[in-house]
Amino acid sequence: MKPEGLKLINEEGLRVDGRKPDELRPVVMEVGVLKNADGSAYVQQGNTKVIAAVYGPREIHPKHLTLPDRAILRTRYHMVPYSTDERKSPAPTRREIELSKVIREALESVIFVELYPRTTIDVFIEVIQADAGTRTAGIMAASLALADAGIPMRDLVAAVAVGKVDGQLVLDINQLEDEYGEADMPIAMMPSLGKIVLLQLNGVLTEEEFKQALQLAKKGIMKLYEYEQQALRKKYVEIKPEEV
Amino acid sequence: MSITPTNLRIVSTLKKHSMASLIEKGLRIDGRKLNEYREITIIPNYIAKAEGSAYVKVGGTVVIAGLKVGVGTPFPDTPNDGVITVNAEFVPFASPTFEPGPPDENAIELARVIDRSIRELRVVDLSKLAIIPGEKVYILWLDIYVFDHDGNLLDASMLAAMTTLLTAKIPKAVVKEEKNVELNKEEKIPLPINNKVVTVTVGKVNNKLIIDPTVDEEQILECKLAVSISEDGRIAGMQKMGTGVFTEDEVLKAVKLAKEVSKTLFAKINEALSKVQ
Repeated sequence: MKPEGLKLINEEGLRVDGRKPDELRPVVMEVGVLKNADGSAYVQQGNTKVIAAVYGPREIHPKHLTLPDRAILRTRYHMVPYSTDERKSPAPTRREIELSKVIREALESVIFVELYPRTTIDVFIEVIQADAGTRTAGIMAASLALADAGIPMRDLVAAVAVGKVDGQLVLDINQLEDEYGEADMPIAMMPSLGKIVLLQLNGVLTEEEFKQALQLAKKGIMKLYEYEQQALRKKYVEIKPEEV
Repeated sequence: MSITPTNLRIVSTLKKHSMASLIEKGLRIDGRKLNEYREITIIPNYIAKAEGSAYVKVGGTVVIAGLKVGVGTPFPDTPNDGVITVNAEFVPFASPTFEPGPPDENAIELARVIDRSIRELRVVDLSKLAIIPGEKVYILWLDIYVFDHDGNLLDASMLAAMTTLLTAKIPKAVVKEEKNVELNKEEKIPLPINNKVVTVTVGKVNNKLIIDPTVDEEQILECKLAVSISEDGRIAGMQKMGTGVFTEDEVLKAVKLAKEVSKTLFAKINEALSKVQ
């Protein structure tokens, strides 16, 4: 239940953390943060912090799990025990199993899997601090890690959650807004192709509100897409000639 | 860990081609229109031992949902509310691709999509299910079992779940000494219901949208969008499933289609209810 007197939008129309309804949280993105993985990335959105890593394309045992005409994808979305207010058991929850599935399906539409038959591409996402929007931060980290691993993709994936709080649509919800809001709609797109790869809605919206939510999400996604490209460029610009 | 499935049902290439080319022309291999449902049978109170239940058949898909009721402690953040838990299992004999064992990611996803729609719309008025506020509340277990898989499991499961809740009668709770709670099975009360919801799954094949796909048609779908619709026409949940992509336009069309089709499904539920009452 929403605590009495808690206002998610104040008199000036600002949100609990001082943002405007269509404003993203501060974003940090970094590519190539791990030594061992073939590709890796760190994404921070407000207080949400996520690391993703990619191994592959590589061989898989047992071999009967492979497909003759394409690579398979193995994806794990996982929250570490200290990422939440109450300790989260490290064992996979039903929520994590579902999110691993929707993230895998989203990435399968992005990667050119047909280029690597009989192999696996492994994508691991660890949420190290959770403050809402972990699947969207996770999928962005995964797409940056895939790009870092040099795996051919149709586009990067940018993602954001639109929420409805105190009757108003807001972009990139935080934990408080997720907990006490009326709706949470995570959406992931291939921005330059205008294709939706992940879409979920938890909550109640009218058809008109849904249309507006989609527009609001697109606005955020285009901004996040720019941050992603900057993060990728930064890694390769920073390589000095003597390191090569 | 979620792994690309490799044990998919095999449909012949010829059949896949004919299904796809028919859909392109606005036709279906079983003679239906693109926006036409298969025959729906709903039998409420199918299991006498359960506090609520429903048998649902959609084409060749068979789902039975059942509600069992107990007494337990509420969640700390909602001390004055009852608790509802939704679980789904795909039994091994329902399809050659189903294996015994705990629910897989598909069963978990299905149960969670149904759970979210029921929860967010406050379909069950949980605030009326406290027995001793803060201490003892009703616990509802809604179990959905798929017995034959001929496609569109989610819509069929939601029909079964919704009919179960609407027809459930729960035993009256009696508070004894020292706050002991007993359920009096002789005296039953209807489950307090606020709203009704159905789910319409819209599939995409070559830019065409279809509803209620058979298990074979599911093999040619690029992706699906499950849209839950309340009886007053609001969107009460969504889930994109499958590895393809949607354009914005397609998503908006899918929602519109789902809203339209939901009326048929509500009519079916109400028809089944009228026979009970």
